[in-house]
Amino acid sequence: MDAASRWRSPYAAVAAVAVAYVVLAYSIPNKYYQLMITLMILWSIMGLSWNMLSGYSGMVSFGHAAFWGLGAYTVTLALVLFNITPWLGIPLGTLVGTLGAVIIGLPTFRLRGHYFALAMLAYPLALLYVFEWLGYQEVPLPMKREHPVLFMQFNDQRIYILLALALLVVAMLISLKVERSRMGLSLLAIKQNEPAAEAAGISSLRWKLMAIMLSGAIGASAGGLYALVLLVVTPGSVFGVLVSAQALVVTLFGGVGTVWGAVLGAAILVPLAETLNGELGSILPGIQGVVYGVAIILVVLLAPEGLYWKARDWLTHRGQPVPEPELAATKGAPTVAAAESPAMATSATLPSTRARAEPSAEAEPLLQLREVTRSFGGLRALDSVSFTVRRGALQGVIGPNGSGKTTLFNIINGFLTPDSGSIEFNGHNIVGLKPNRVCRLGIGRTFQVVRTFPRMSVLNNAMVGAFVSARDDARARVMALEALERVGLQDRAQRLAGVLTNKERRLMELARALASGPQLILMDETLAGLAPQETDELLTQLLQLNLEGLTIIIIEHTMHAMVRLAHDFIVLDHGGLIAQGRPEEVVQDPGVIEAYLGKRWMSRVAN
Amino acid sequence: MYMGLVDTMNYPFWLENFLQTLATGVLVGGTYALMCVGLGLIFGVMRVINFAQGDFLMLGMYFAFYLYTFLGVHTLFGVFVGPVVAAFLAGPLVFIVAWFVHRWLMSRVSGMAAQGAEAEGGYGQLILTLGISLVLQNGGLIVFGSYPQSLRTPLSHQAWLVGPIFLNKSRVVAFAVAVGLALLLYLFMNRSTYGRAMRAAADNAEAAIYMGIDVDRAHRLAFCIGIAMTAVAGGLVAMYYPFQPYVGLEFVIIMYTGVVLGGLGSILGAFWGGMTIGLVQQLSTLILPIQLQNTAIFVVFLGIVLFRPQGLFGRTAERT
Repeated sequence: MDAASRWRSPYAAVAAVAVAYVVLAYSIPNKYYQLMITLMILWSIMGLSWNMLSGYSGMVSFGHAAFWGLGAYTVTLALVLFNITPWLGIPLGTLVGTLGAVIIGLPTFRLRGHYFALAMLAYPLALLYVFEWLGYQEVPLPMKREHPVLFMQFNDQRIYILLALALLVVAMLISLKVERSRMGLSLLAIKQNEPAAEAAGISSLRWKLMAIMLSGAIGASAGGLYALVLLVVTPGSVFGVLVSAQALVVTLFGGVGTVWGAVLGAAILVPLAETLNGELGSILPGIQGVVYGVAIILVVLLAPEGLYWKARDWLTHRGQPVPEPELAATKGAPTVAAAESPAMATSATLPSTRARAEPSAEAEPLLQLREVTRSFGGLRALDSVSFTVRRGALQGVIGPNGSGKTTLFNIINGFLTPDSGSIEFNGHNIVGLKPNRVCRLGIGRTFQVVRTFPRMSVLNNAMVGAFVSARDDARARVMALEALERVGLQDRAQRLAGVLTNKERRLMELARALASGPQLILMDETLAGLAPQETDELLTQLLQLNLEGLTIIIIEHTMHAMVRLAHDFIVLDHGGLIAQGRPEEVVQDPGVIEAYLGKRWMSRVAN
Repeated sequence: MYMGLVDTMNYPFWLENFLQTLATGVLVGGTYALMCVGLGLIFGVMRVINFAQGDFLMLGMYFAFYLYTFLGVHTLFGVFVGPVVAAFLAGPLVFIVAWFVHRWLMSRVSGMAAQGAEAEGGYGQLILTLGISLVLQNGGLIVFGSYPQSLRTPLSHQAWLVGPIFLNKSRVVAFAVAVGLALLLYLFMNRSTYGRAMRAAADNAEAAIYMGIDVDRAHRLAFCIGIAMTAVAGGLVAMYYPFQPYVGLEFVIIMYTGVVLGGLGSILGAFWGGMTIGLVQQLSTLILPIQLQNTAIFVVFLGIVLFRPQGLFGRTAERT
């Protein structure tokens, strides 16, 4: 087992890929095939560049030709205009690609989904016309006969293969590093549910920028080498749509979101398309594009995530626990605590627990809202709402449907910005902060419709929450395990989140919020859809957390549960705060009853 | 290209130049508007971004070309009416192609098949249309060859003189037909049962199913009509614009800019968006070198997408 896992180490596989290419290069004397091998490697690198952004973060780019072209033109123009050797030109191109990525990324990341893909398409095409207009329609690379090595000009095609291979190995190592670090996990979380990732403290802009910078750097370096190999650069051949499409196709074909996809895809598609082009190109001039087009269509219809995943699914059966070897060592400990899990307490103890947990009136205010107002068009979703939550409180928020409860949470946690008013948390003004900043300050939240990262393990879901306060990934793992233990989910740590029961998913969401070590948790209808038995268990857990010092604000419709749970109610109706006080008093308040049951009911009761 | 004498007596050169460009912009904008309406219909109903739209336009151009030049439309209807008839006949032909593309490919990843899929489901459609686009473009190169073609008609080098400006006859005809067709589509969408069913399927596919609407059929109809409209627009443009199999790329950007400008999902918006793009493209030549007229479109496109993604005429489009 140990030997087997060492053999399956990804680094061994990277080495195997490199050795295979070297052997291939030196066993084929034909220059034409050597060029084909060079192109296979270059397109693998380009595929990795695409995968770095689009594969890991899920933001589909149709514009990767921008990076490829910037690299190619930087190398070429540096050589032609300033006589700068490609040995410097390629690093320079990489730099230009990285800068270009920042310039493209910063504005474009405001867009999501279709809009992002469309906007990305425009960049390389705009660059294409600009370079044409500048008069660089066709730039040949000058031959440097005196110092060929100094100018990276080799007679032996195999040296280009080795250079490309060196770049490929670097790109693969970077990709592996990303996959196995918090960056990869954060991008995966963003891909699966961006709002949840933000609310769990992940700065999506930061990680996406990192991804596009790495992506731009990798793509530009490959483009620079491409210029050297082909010896002539035209705007159409480096900024054209086919370049972006090819980067996307090799990756999709091989497998999205994994370092092996692009390598596999390019190794199959590039020789196929090149051979067909070589054999039939004179009769069927567009055959290469047709091959790529058919490849995409087949992949989307038959294996939407690519060959690698399809093959992996075949080899291992679906639904098995996600393998995470490093974790095995820590796995023994948690189960002991299960017996003491708060879920074991009976519901009979509830009232007394509440009485003990109640914060004194002198407890310092943790969260203060003053005159918070927010409108959507003509609708006042929140109208001048003010209240204070003291440290250690268990604050209930009730109100009829559409009264503004979830809007209130969205404003506190930063999804929405209030039109006016102030929100102070722990002495900080948090108005206008992004959700991940709010989370960093110590406010966690759960959602009305559970937002999980369905294709990640329960443990990884919780780890995403832990990144906020954990210094390194090992620490995040420990904190995530602790959080899972606190909610009693330690046995489920290795399961995929998508297969959990409703209650377990709610608990996992709670654990994710807890893992960030928050002082305050916002819980949006956590009890919705649970059986009475489950409700009782969850209530006990919440009370226990509150007893441990956690401040909780909870939205809930189940009134009998809320009366047992909360110390204090605030009641919203039509965006306004209509009552606040102890639960027993609030439920007697005529205004509250009217809000829930309507005027006619009131008059009937009166009679 | 234009025949006749330039009347420079009464107008300063810059004004004349401006008016001429403005008029060309409006005329070109009319055909763009029809293309955009076709694309906008597809997005509005299916919520699918169709990258292959430009290549279906190319198909429309070639179909019109073959009908006109080799299949008798030229001899039957002559050089003046013939091109318009050919463009109109290209519509149903491309409609049939689109029907098969939807039936065999698109419907597997959109409509009912994609109901309940996570956000990633949307990318499957996007990427599928990219594949279709590559096949059409390069398949077109194999079948049609790379030699630039056009519908040969004397209309393209005759002009009406209105005041100081020349109105190219082929552009005027293309404009009138395109705007008329766009208007017909608008009426169809608002007045007919099919149109209403499509709009219902667009608003809420699931609710539409419960109301007894066949969502897949509504999607297919929208996809085919949208593509046929764009193909007719292509046939009209083919009168004055030489084309080759890669021509779709030039137009797909124009179409997307127009549709996004008008607000993704709004058909009326797409019409005005297309019109605006025609104007932007032509007017930009007054201040920019002509090679950069498409770059001007990209700048407008990026500006709109970044600062007003709901478009100039649309409602807020993003849902959380």
